[in-house]
Amino acid sequence: MIHITNLHKKFGKLTVLDGLNLDISEGGIFAILGPNGSGKTTLIKSILGMVVPNKGDIVFNNLSVLGEWEYRNQINYLPQIANFPANLSVSELFKMVKNLRPKNANEKALISLFGLEPFLNKKLGNLSGGTKQKVNIVLTFMFDSPLIILDEPTTGLDPIALIHLKGLLQKEKAKGKTILITTHIMSLVEEVSDEIVFLLDGVIYFKGTVAALKEHTNDNDLEHAIANLISKQNA
Amino acid sequence: MLKILKYSFYDLMRSRWSYVYFLFYLLLGFVLLFLNNDVSKAVITLMNIIIVLTPLIGTIFGVMYYYNSKEFTELLLAQPIKRNKIFMGQYLGIAISLTLSLVLGLGIPFLAYGLFMSSAIFDFGLLLVVGAFLNFIFVALSFNIALSNENKIKGFGYAILMWLFLAVIYDGIFIISLFTFNDYPLDKFSLIATMCNPIDLSRILILLKLDISALLGYTGAVFRKFFGTNWGLVLSMAVLCLWVIFPVLRMNFKLKKKDF
Repeated sequence: MIHITNLHKKFGKLTVLDGLNLDISEGGIFAILGPNGSGKTTLIKSILGMVVPNKGDIVFNNLSVLGEWEYRNQINYLPQIANFPANLSVSELFKMVKNLRPKNANEKALISLFGLEPFLNKKLGNLSGGTKQKVNIVLTFMFDSPLIILDEPTTGLDPIALIHLKGLLQKEKAKGKTILITTHIMSLVEEVSDEIVFLLDGVIYFKGTVAALKEHTNDNDLEHAIANLISKQNA
Repeated sequence: MLKILKYSFYDLMRSRWSYVYFLFYLLLGFVLLFLNNDVSKAVITLMNIIIVLTPLIGTIFGVMYYYNSKEFTELLLAQPIKRNKIFMGQYLGIAISLTLSLVLGLGIPFLAYGLFMSSAIFDFGLLLVVGAFLNFIFVALSFNIALSNENKIKGFGYAILMWLFLAVIYDGIFIISLFTFNDYPLDKFSLIATMCNPIDLSRILILLKLDISALLGYTGAVFRKFFGTNWGLVLSMAVLCLWVIFPVLRMNFKLKKKDF
């Protein structure tokens, strides 16, 4: 589904992606892991066309995405920091995003799932961080797209919302969708992900299932296995 | 693009600042008319205020809006919309809402005072057109500065500096050079130097229309000869248009390579 070849990106002198190659097949949940600053968000933003790579190509559904924009209709994206225009109310934001995308949206069920009804007429500027993140999640899941990209979706969520999120992930996966997710919560990775993509120093350091990773590092605990990978590189 | 424009416009219309700006002009219009007791005199005073204030407000609003709506812009960038349409929509949203505040805020008191009975209606119209131009120019310039500077404080600093340069320092340099090179023919130089600054250009354009070019003294005759004709008016309007077009083009060029 996504085919990335030799992707380079530098921010000033800082090299973030250094000849990254990655193939994401259709269907399943892919966890993109890596230490802070390893280029997870840059990779995601390159796929979305928000970051312009210095070199390399990204092919989505057999078409190069560089300089294109229509393909984004096939992608739902949850940004890392949920900050919305403070003057809009929640329902106006939903209406606006629906208006911007030529697609049917199904936000009603999601709004009641996350208990957002009391907030619909509140201004976004007055919402708490967790509620904003819930709005963010509804915005992401209300469209039916083959690719879903989540950048740290668990930030600020309470346990109930987290359970709902996991349920949503499983539901979308069952529909045969491809889900990319970055997170630092290993229990979530272990619970939902089919495959792990481990980024280090701007390249893919490891790609495979959770079991394969544990085998690779001789560690039974995923958290320790990941820590092992990170420290090995630093040593 | 129209959708983005609509939302930016509503967003701004709803923020308190648009109303403050609108009320300020409303108050200014009434006070000036009350003090001057005459439409054409009020227009002259108004010109001095518009020429300096509109660029300042446009600059600050442009920079502020860009940095404030950064996250929102990122949300939009992930949607199936072309990049430059997002920014052009936002740009037009700001410029149009500022222009609306200006036109309504000043239009209402002058209409109430009997603008249509007065001979100053064309001067007043020209003043509003020039004010609108200045809005579009300075919002575009400030967007350019904001796009080139990730750092908010730096962006604000440069934007204010740009305004200060064009509104105050440029004139100073201009006058000093006129005095220094007094012995040389300066008519072409002063004409071109005026064209290179949208604030100066607007000021002289209005002064000449107001028939108070005697105040200009030294180069007044040259300007009168040039700007007083219809051709001069058309040319200076065209230069103002260029002042809008070039920053907008650069904005679109810059956007193609920008990371968010």
